Amino acid sequence: MATETAVDVVMPQMGVSVSEGTVTKWLKREGEQIEADEPLLEISTDKVDTEVPSPASGTVTQILVQEGETVAVGTKLAQIGGAAGVPAPTPEPEAQPQPEPQPAPAPAAEERVAVQQPSGNGKFVSPVVARIAAEHGIDPNQVPGTGRGGRVTKQDMLAFVERQPTAAPARPQPQVAVGQPQAAVGEQAEPVTAMRRGIADHMRRSLDTAAHVTSAIEVDMSKVVAAREVLKKEYQAAYGVNPTYLAFIARAAVDTLKDYPYVNGELRGDSIVTRNFVNLGIAVELADGKGLIVPVIRNAETMNLLGIAKAVADLAARSREKKLVPDDVAGGTFTITNPGGYGTFHGTPVINQPQSAILGTYALVKRPWVITDENGNDAIAIKPMMNITLTYDHRLVDGAYAGRFLRDLRTRLESWEGDGG
Amino acid sequence: MAELTYLQAISDGLRTEMRRDKRVFLIGEDVGVYGGAFKVSLGFQEEFGPWRVIDAPLAETAIVGACTGASMMGLRPVAEMQFADFISCAWDHLVTVAAKQRWRAGTPVPIVVRLPSGGGFSGGPFHSQNPESSFAHIPGLKCVCPATPEDAKGLLISAIEDPNPVLYFEHKHLYRRIKGEVPEERYTVPIGKARTHREGSDLSVITWGAMVYTAEEAAQQLDGDGVSVEVIDLRSIMPWDKAAVLESARKTSKVLVLHEDTRTGGFGAEIAATIAEEAFEDLDAPVRRIAAPDTPVPFSPPLEKAFLPQVDDVVAGLRELAEY
Repeated sequence: MATETAVDVVMPQMGVSVSEGTVTKWLKREGEQIEADEPLLEISTDKVDTEVPSPASGTVTQILVQEGETVAVGTKLAQIGGAAGVPAPTPEPEAQPQPEPQPAPAPAAEERVAVQQPSGNGKFVSPVVARIAAEHGIDPNQVPGTGRGGRVTKQDMLAFVERQPTAAPARPQPQVAVGQPQAAVGEQAEPVTAMRRGIADHMRRSLDTAAHVTSAIEVDMSKVVAAREVLKKEYQAAYGVNPTYLAFIARAAVDTLKDYPYVNGELRGDSIVTRNFVNLGIAVELADGKGLIVPVIRNAETMNLLGIAKAVADLAARSREKKLVPDDVAGGTFTITNPGGYGTFHGTPVINQPQSAILGTYALVKRPWVITDENGNDAIAIKPMMNITLTYDHRLVDGAYAGRFLRDLRTRLESWEGDGG
Repeated sequence: MAELTYLQAISDGLRTEMRRDKRVFLIGEDVGVYGGAFKVSLGFQEEFGPWRVIDAPLAETAIVGACTGASMMGLRPVAEMQFADFISCAWDHLVTVAAKQRWRAGTPVPIVVRLPSGGGFSGGPFHSQNPESSFAHIPGLKCVCPATPEDAKGLLISAIEDPNPVLYFEHKHLYRRIKGEVPEERYTVPIGKARTHREGSDLSVITWGAMVYTAEEAAQQLDGDGVSVEVIDLRSIMPWDKAAVLESARKTSKVLVLHEDTRTGGFGAEIAATIAEEAFEDLDAPVRRIAAPDTPVPFSPPLEKAFLPQVDDVVAGLRELAEY
């Protein structure tokens, strides 16, 4: 008996362009108690991983979507309160999400229950409808049916495909040959997460789109190191923020971008788009090689060093805690990636489409460096050096232009004073 | 081009080949002086003489046996059964000898057996059958079932030309009811090639013989519902135009197979099974069959009407498929 009102937990809409999400982990099991706003599960979309808080306090009466399953936004994932198996009252029946097919629970040993595979909304899917749905990555249950008993006919399906804004080219599916075991002896197979799929598609698309060229420059970071030593204590004491080298480079790069609009621009169809703002993407690695995310610092051109340092720290923390929302990762105009943390001194990153360039920062190392004093005498000094690369889309950015960008960036860093003004 | 009835087109095709090729002769019951039970060969004996238009005794087994022997000696016999129903008497000669001779001994058996078939005029159980599926099942025999005067002539000429035994099912109900333009010159219609009787995009009807017209009328009624029905006239049952059927099935995804023969083991079953095997992923509904029930053909006009697939039956079947 339902002693309390049942509340549905549905796959949340995590941004305008997000249509589905994968349940990565249930944090509560059926029968467990949960408080409102307590995290109930973790989901992964092609943009972000996040936690879904419980909409109500009560017992988790039903979990309808298993870990690893990907379902459309709005699909009912679980029910809080009410009695198990009793659907929550839904104010808008037409918007009621349909649960995906899921494995029926194993029948108890003594009572062999007929295994019921709820096929979507229970309506028959004809072979041709199933085929078209698979080709276009459409859930037939999302298609309004005009056939007998509301069945989705081929014509319904074709009309739906036609209405799809993207004209739905078949979504790339994991290339697993039918009948082939996914993992041979000694191998292990794990499902491709939504994030990994997103990264894979994005990286491939970028290389297929842009003409990648990488130029590198060596930067004497003496002045930045000195400035940072001074500011570090102050920032940590006053603001609890660590001014990382990345923050200095970001600040200098944003300034330099004002003079090189194409590096901050975009080749969009027949137009070259440039901006009077910089939405600076910062590539952040998630734990254990589980993915990479590029949250964006909006209007970085309005921020001083402290502001950028705070923004970097905030985004990095929220990325790792899965607290980002899709808007945090949208709209970047230029990206900085920092693979130097483990000592690499050079790299050729992939441009974050549709941007035109990505800046790579590498290990800061002390190196013998030839310097020329005021009297024109050469000497070898020990300098904290950093290699910085600019990988740019040669369709829009020419080599000399990129070279001048790097030169100016180096000049800014090598002549750094105080908090950079 | 002249406008001929279906029956006149058969006569025209036979006459064309007899005039062109002296090896071609006609043998059957009352085909000579009387001109055949349906007057297909009226005047033939006068033109070609009694040795090429032979009145045979009432013995179908002798007729087909004579044809088989003559064909092996180099002639091109055309046998007429008064009614297709009577061919059962010649079963052994056709199935055991004619169908197998070429495969067994390499000797072609270029015979044509003309089979006035079909019901609709209270002919009763012995004068109304459509036994094509029995013979389609026999390797070595070909079966054609023209529906139009043009095909009647062209397929008869192809059948006479063909080095194999060909069973030529001519539908009695079409003899004088169906008229059409028929080229005066000699031409052939390839055996094994279907004809799109009517193009459509929503449903397919696969049929042959007199049912082509039943399907056509039903299709016109569905036009009023805004449902576009394609009608494929198979023209040949063996070999049959699988490619054309599958193409239509893939286009519309909903197929109705219609035939006048009884349902169980009728040739429609073969067509439905082939669509299920080869076009399964293109289907949006089960393949439907409309056929006569599994009984002998009744004499009584109301009963025969109930027995033969009617336009209303086809309309109902098509509507059901459309709504599926």
